[in-house]
Amino acid sequence: MIIYENITKKYDDVIIIDNLNLTINDGEFVVLIGPSGCGKTTTLKMINRLIKYNEGNIYIDDKNIKDVNAVELRRKIGYVIQQIGLFPNMTIEENISVVPKLLKWSKEKQIKRVKELLELVDLPYEENAKKYPNELSGGQQQRIGVLRALAAEPPIILMDEPFGALDPITRDSLQDELKTLQQKLHKTIIFVTHDMEEAVKLADKIVFMSDGKVLQAASPEEMLNKPAHPMISKFMGKLSYSRSGNDLTCEDVMKKKIFTVPETKKTLECIELMKQKELDTVIVVDANGKYKGIVTIEYIREYGKPGEMISKITKTDQPSVLINTNAKDAIDKLIELKCDYLVVLNRNKTVAGILTRTSITKALASVVWGEED
Amino acid sequence: MKLEKVLEHLYLVGMACLFATIVGLMLAVIAYISKPSRKVILWVVDVLQTIPALALLGIIMIVFGPNGTTVIIGLMLYSLLPIVRNTYVGLQNIEPGIKEAALGMGMTKIQRLIEVELPLAFPMVFTGIRIAVVTSIGTAVFGAIVGGGGLGSIINRAILIQDMETLIEATLVLMAMAIIFDFGMGYVEKKLKTRN
Repeated sequence: MIIYENITKKYDDVIIIDNLNLTINDGEFVVLIGPSGCGKTTTLKMINRLIKYNEGNIYIDDKNIKDVNAVELRRKIGYVIQQIGLFPNMTIEENISVVPKLLKWSKEKQIKRVKELLELVDLPYEENAKKYPNELSGGQQQRIGVLRALAAEPPIILMDEPFGALDPITRDSLQDELKTLQQKLHKTIIFVTHDMEEAVKLADKIVFMSDGKVLQAASPEEMLNKPAHPMISKFMGKLSYSRSGNDLTCEDVMKKKIFTVPETKKTLECIELMKQKELDTVIVVDANGKYKGIVTIEYIREYGKPGEMISKITKTDQPSVLINTNAKDAIDKLIELKCDYLVVLNRNKTVAGILTRTSITKALASVVWGEED
Repeated sequence: MKLEKVLEHLYLVGMACLFATIVGLMLAVIAYISKPSRKVILWVVDVLQTIPALALLGIIMIVFGPNGTTVIIGLMLYSLLPIVRNTYVGLQNIEPGIKEAALGMGMTKIQRLIEVELPLAFPMVFTGIRIAVVTSIGTAVFGAIVGGGGLGSIINRAILIQDMETLIEATLVLMAMAIIFDFGMGYVEKKLKTRN
């Protein structure tokens, strides 16, 4: 159990942490979150005494950490940082064995432990142990970073935005792995992030901080349902944008790059334009940008007379949908009408985009795989 | 006779650079660890470099007499600057994340230096040693004036008796030595840098 008791930290006269009281139970996955400068990283680094505090006490299992030698203390606490910080001069095996070696484990025990840990994340020992960190991808490096923290079986692991520098897909799979590891190993994990989605996914308890104070410490469900402070709702608010496939609208799935021509264009001009852009269909709008219909290149060839305005031959029966239509309904319509695309209109009848089968597939893929914007 | 002089020259340079490396590493580590000493150490090695080679050798000769020891000490003091500077910069420029990881994992100051920081700074240190060796090969020529021997003595005599042939020959040998060391050590340096 980790207990923060009336902790205050100042730099000169600026208060960074303001009378913090917090209890972290054994085996709990606690995520510290909050805006930049809220003191979450400071709070984390106090535990392994990388940052000193001015007032108050921190106890780990009823022992005041001030009474423990800092070096000894750190060897019993795993530490993972955003910059990964693997030692480039050591192999993967040597990197993982750093703390066991400091604790003077026997050589056999060290090797056994490295094998065990690499197996845990499906990296075969034979292929990976003798590699150097620069031979691995960022995601694999941070996997090793986590293993290195686990190596000496510390009961507590500190993680300072460990996945912050990774791409979204890698981040996601590392989050899953970490959660599984935690459930298997029952470590106490204190994890700093500024990503609420990550917090909700990983935490047993989220501690929301702002200006050096704890605004709320609660389970993810409770925080989502009853945020104790407007700032928390604001942070949570970002979550509602991450949609499931059900509440996508046409706006999310349509193709926004489209080509329109005014209805006053002459037929030959229009053909010239379409050739340049390599299009066989264009959307026709009036002088106010309102949707009129479409023309295709075959249509012009068949019915168009040179010098005539395209408004005369515009097809007006192309199906259209409103921009806020549910994407599912729009897809149904597309399939039902057996057409290649739907024109998506804004409320004022101007053209917003088109909905094609490809754009839908792409949008669905982004729901499945996740998209960073 | 020629080969003997070349070996003598190399001996002076080798000894000087060996001692400069030992002393330089120690000074750089002290400068890195202790802030108050940092300015003093970096300033002193800077100033040493500004003393003209002849004057420096002359001053040392007063204490140690006209012999090889004087030359070795002089060259060593000269070689300190590139080695101390490069070691210090190499240690200073290690990624903060790596230093923080080492600290956070519970390594002591000495363990961090020996197991992480010095190995990572080593390519930079090696560059410093290479610069020291190559410049020392040239500077060692002055050693003949304080009785240190080496190729300098051949050049000195050649100038006195106006023996152009010997003079050019000795100069070419010096140049060849400098180039061989520069390239050879440069190659090793490249190998070291690609690993990290």
